[in-house]
Amino acid sequence: MAKTPLQFRHNGRDVALFVDGGTNLLVVLREMLGDVTPKFGCGQGGCGACTVLIDGDAHLSCLTLAEAVEGRAVETLDGIKSGPTLHPLQRAFADGFAAQCGYCTPGMLMAAKALLDKIPQPSREQVVEAISGNICRCTGYEPIINAVLAAAASLRASA
Amino acid sequence: MTRHRGRGMAAINYPIGMNLGGDPSQALVHSNPSGKFTVALSSIDLGQGMKSVTRQICAETLGVPVEDVYVDTADSDTGPHCMGSFASRGTHRVGNAVMAAAREARGVMMEAAAEELEVNASDLETDGRGNIHVKGAPHRSISVKDVAIAAQFRQGKTISGRGIFLVPLSDVDPETGEMSPATCYAHACLVAEVEVDDETGEVGVIRMDSAYELGRALNPRLVEQQLVGGAWMGMSHALYETTEPYYPDPKQGPRDFVEYLMPGPGDICPHDIAVLERPAPDGPFGGKGPGEMCANPVLPAIANAIFNAVGVRIDELPITPERVLRAIKAQGGARPQTRR
Repeated sequence: MAKTPLQFRHNGRDVALFVDGGTNLLVVLREMLGDVTPKFGCGQGGCGACTVLIDGDAHLSCLTLAEAVEGRAVETLDGIKSGPTLHPLQRAFADGFAAQCGYCTPGMLMAAKALLDKIPQPSREQVVEAISGNICRCTGYEPIINAVLAAAASLRASA
Repeated sequence: MTRHRGRGMAAINYPIGMNLGGDPSQALVHSNPSGKFTVALSSIDLGQGMKSVTRQICAETLGVPVEDVYVDTADSDTGPHCMGSFASRGTHRVGNAVMAAAREARGVMMEAAAEELEVNASDLETDGRGNIHVKGAPHRSISVKDVAIAAQFRQGKTISGRGIFLVPLSDVDPETGEMSPATCYAHACLVAEVEVDDETGEVGVIRMDSAYELGRALNPRLVEQQLVGGAWMGMSHALYETTEPYYPDPKQGPRDFVEYLMPGPGDICPHDIAVLERPAPDGPFGGKGPGEMCANPVLPAIANAIFNAVGVRIDELPITPERVLRAIKAQGGARPQTRR
């Protein structure tokens, strides 16, 4: 099968590779670029574990054709901390015990980041809406919602 | 159409671990020459906090800072044996094994320190900050690190300990047939408030109030995390989740996880939790285990609340809108019960 050349920005770094037609973004990120922070959950867009940001919007990478991100900026959990310093969302998740098994956590963090980048001071309802496509088995969501609100508060304090 | 409010209650008695004897877990503890300790376990931490709790138990028993203890659950092929992470047994069974191992390791550590300080080991105590000193004479002191170096390079001793916890088999009383199924029990009581739509059969959980008695909460934040998440899972099992079809024909049932129903972040309700601590005599520092029982009282409490709201008794799970609606129709309409 013919390969298609693909270039995009991955966490601020330009990448260029050849992909088979029909390859989804999750496969490109995990298997070709070695960024395993987006998780494979259901492969059907039902769980949100593979959530990444494309030009700042939350997308399900398992349902995104790799070729669709040509020339665009893709952001994953791997790129949100700066050096050894955790992103305020990561700090808030850790402090608030917002993860147990941790499988949903990368997707939750990216969905939450997409929200806070656009709406720095969201209401509780806006947080619930933002993570409503992400399934969590362990936490009961409450600690996650609280952690996102706490991160928003800490961003406000540091702004 | 009317939305009916109802309140239901349930109380449970939950045995910790597998019953009637056996159910062993092993632990090994050793120090390396830097004075840091490793706990080797085959018990699995799947997010419930096994590593954190056994680390605390080991540090407390050894008398060293928690930062100086590392828990390695790497490999069940080569690690000491464990029955597994289930039945709410981790804190109690594995914790007891770690405690036994740490106690033995502490004995060797104190002997080694005694040799260095030229005193009797029974005259020594740990300060919990990484030092060992003569009781009443803190200046006659040696660091755990220096003891570990001396044990390794001068005395030729391993500072290590073995631990196992095994529940003795409970004998059957030949007269009464009575036996002791478990060594300790956790308890919980939960009140659920629901709203039932008599036109659609839909059930919404409005709030939950609960009290959980789980021995000493060795790590209160982890306990809270278990209780919040576990109660949500109970609510999810009561009203949503099933691998079985919802309708008589399996073709209309869920085929994969996309169609498998689970409540999302918008379906949660306020939940007020009280944690009661009645330390278990045979638990590590009194701990029992929150584990599974945090989900258990939610299901009967919700079923009772639905009865209180519309007067129908549903004895099949999950309590789907179809089941509620059929039951309401069968009795000729909603019959709200007295609210207590």
